[in-house]
Amino acid sequence: MSVLLAFAAAMLFGTGTWLLLQRRLSRIIVGVGLIGHGSNILLLTSGGGRGLPPIIGSADPTDFADPLPQALALTSIVITFGVTAFLFAVGFRSWKLTNDDIVEDDVEDRYIARRAAGAEVVEGEAAERERAIEEDRA
Amino acid sequence: MSGLTSIGFIAADVTAPGSGSFDALIPLPVVLPLLAAGLSVVFAHFRNVQRVISVVVLLGLVANNIILLTLVDEGTGDAAGGIAVSQAGGWVAPLGISLVVDRLAAMMLLVSSLMLLSVLVYAIGQHAEERRFASFHPVYLVLAGGVSASFITGDLFNLFVAFEMMLVSSYVLLTLGGRAGQVRSGMSYVVISLIASTFFITALALLYSATGTVNMAELAERMPELSSGVRVGFSLLLIAVFGIKAGIFPLFFWLPDSYPTAPNAVTAIFAGLLTKVGVYAIIRTQLLLFPPDAQQGTLLLVVAGCTMLVGVLGALSHDDLQRILSFHIVSHIGYMIMGLALFTLAGIAGAVFYVIHHIVVKTALFLVAGLVELKAGSDRLSRVGGLVRSAPMIAILFALPALSIAGIPPFSGFVAKFALVSAGIEAQQWGIVVVSLTVSLLTMYVMGRIWSNVFWGTPEDGEIADRLEPGVTKVPILMTASTVVVVGLSVALLVFAGPLYDLAERAAADLLNPQGYIDAVLGSHSEAGG
Repeated sequence: MSVLLAFAAAMLFGTGTWLLLQRRLSRIIVGVGLIGHGSNILLLTSGGGRGLPPIIGSADPTDFADPLPQALALTSIVITFGVTAFLFAVGFRSWKLTNDDIVEDDVEDRYIARRAAGAEVVEGEAAERERAIEEDRA
Repeated sequence: MSGLTSIGFIAADVTAPGSGSFDALIPLPVVLPLLAAGLSVVFAHFRNVQRVISVVVLLGLVANNIILLTLVDEGTGDAAGGIAVSQAGGWVAPLGISLVVDRLAAMMLLVSSLMLLSVLVYAIGQHAEERRFASFHPVYLVLAGGVSASFITGDLFNLFVAFEMMLVSSYVLLTLGGRAGQVRSGMSYVVISLIASTFFITALALLYSATGTVNMAELAERMPELSSGVRVGFSLLLIAVFGIKAGIFPLFFWLPDSYPTAPNAVTAIFAGLLTKVGVYAIIRTQLLLFPPDAQQGTLLLVVAGCTMLVGVLGALSHDDLQRILSFHIVSHIGYMIMGLALFTLAGIAGAVFYVIHHIVVKTALFLVAGLVELKAGSDRLSRVGGLVRSAPMIAILFALPALSIAGIPPFSGFVAKFALVSAGIEAQQWGIVVVSLTVSLLTMYVMGRIWSNVFWGTPEDGEIADRLEPGVTKVPILMTASTVVVVGLSVALLVFAGPLYDLAERAAADLLNPQGYIDAVLGSHSEAGG
């Protein structure tokens, strides 16, 4: 049981990481979700194996399942769920603004890199940068 | 005999009411903002009511935190030994969630509540996001609650929840308005933070399966039972988790990209508080949970040096005021990590002092940057100029914190850097001393560059229109006023540098003696359970 769960967690972490490294926003979001599931499963297994319901007086306390990791996992699932929903909302907004879900470069970084490579920024380029930034701001 | 008992009675009379209300004060920094956030949602259509709620609650927090700090520092009553503990819901220590206020936490609480209040007033004066979005106030209050919760929690899982409270509200504040630039950088900020949170959960799962607890005091007690390799692993994992939030090298890259796109006031509070919460968590966990053999002194020193250098070089290469300051945060996180990495009393005291100094000064600088952008119409160094003539007030407001952060002698930045460098010399870590001094010089150069471009010189393309609303000729009074207050606080740090450093030293002494913390939390079984 535990081996199966460990394997599942490893798979989720693996595929999640691969998806995170993609350039498409939608894949990144799914990747984040998968890694979140992986860590939740890990959290669930951290309490040891299965056991009886932990209700005082119903059985010998040594046979109980550890309820704490389950509570922790629930909390973390709720948080992951909420944040993933927010990510989707931002992703949707990004898609509406740019008609694309490719993660864009940082305008300022591009400018710095160009300035470093070409030593000086041509007038047209500076204007173009200014435009890009103004568009960004507007 | 009767005399003795009567003395006992008097003593009980003196401490009992204080300690009774004292216990109730501890959760307030978290509970009050959350309740107020709920109330603020109810009054979503009445901006003025929302403003009153937020200001009153944050004022209350400041008062509450002043009381907490004085009581904890006196170390009387329930706060014996400078640590006050409250068990949430009355559950016995390792079972329930312990809320712990020691000197470091109390200092952080007070400074953060002061900054939250000032920046809120600034945001109200700015008539920007605060006016346009009903969600600003509730989200801001949740952020306040999350920041406070991270400082006072004594439970590692609860720290995760506090972080999430803080981060989720920061996501919303960062993307408030939904402009293209905000969405782009907000996206990477959210994804990076989420990955850090996932690592945190992973670390918690592994810690729980290794020790069977998430209570920090109990973790600290059980940590020596683990093998040293496992301890080092946990230590590194937690450094990585909190390092992402703190913005240490090489995990800082998201910070200078995302902070500048947020509204000015929001950037100021992020710059002042959020990274420092990460630093606080690193200091807390490294010193409390791990015995000296698992503490990563050398690694942290290297990281600190790289963080300083990369941050300041980034600040040098940029042209946008907000970005320069954002890169600059990274550089200064390095100093804090350096103080911790020495693992000496002087080093940690220096780090604590540096954190406090940096929160105030950095917030002040970002608030001034907001004023510059408003007045000059741009925050690009190459486009603005001559502000010393057109806006001398802003020039003075910039000069004071800038001199402080550059470490010019009378200011608090000098005291902070001097404390760290002398601690480094004492510990004979020459490498980091040289790096920190070099970076200090570069910092001065960065501030000088901002000064000579923005305040001296002439604008590149002649006059640029300011960004004030039509019909408004002056910067709103509330913005200037709250900037003046924060700058005033940064100057006050210089006046009270002596007592503050002593306080930081007492806090560092507490931190270096984790047994006091453990006893304060776990020793209060009988009171809380009974």
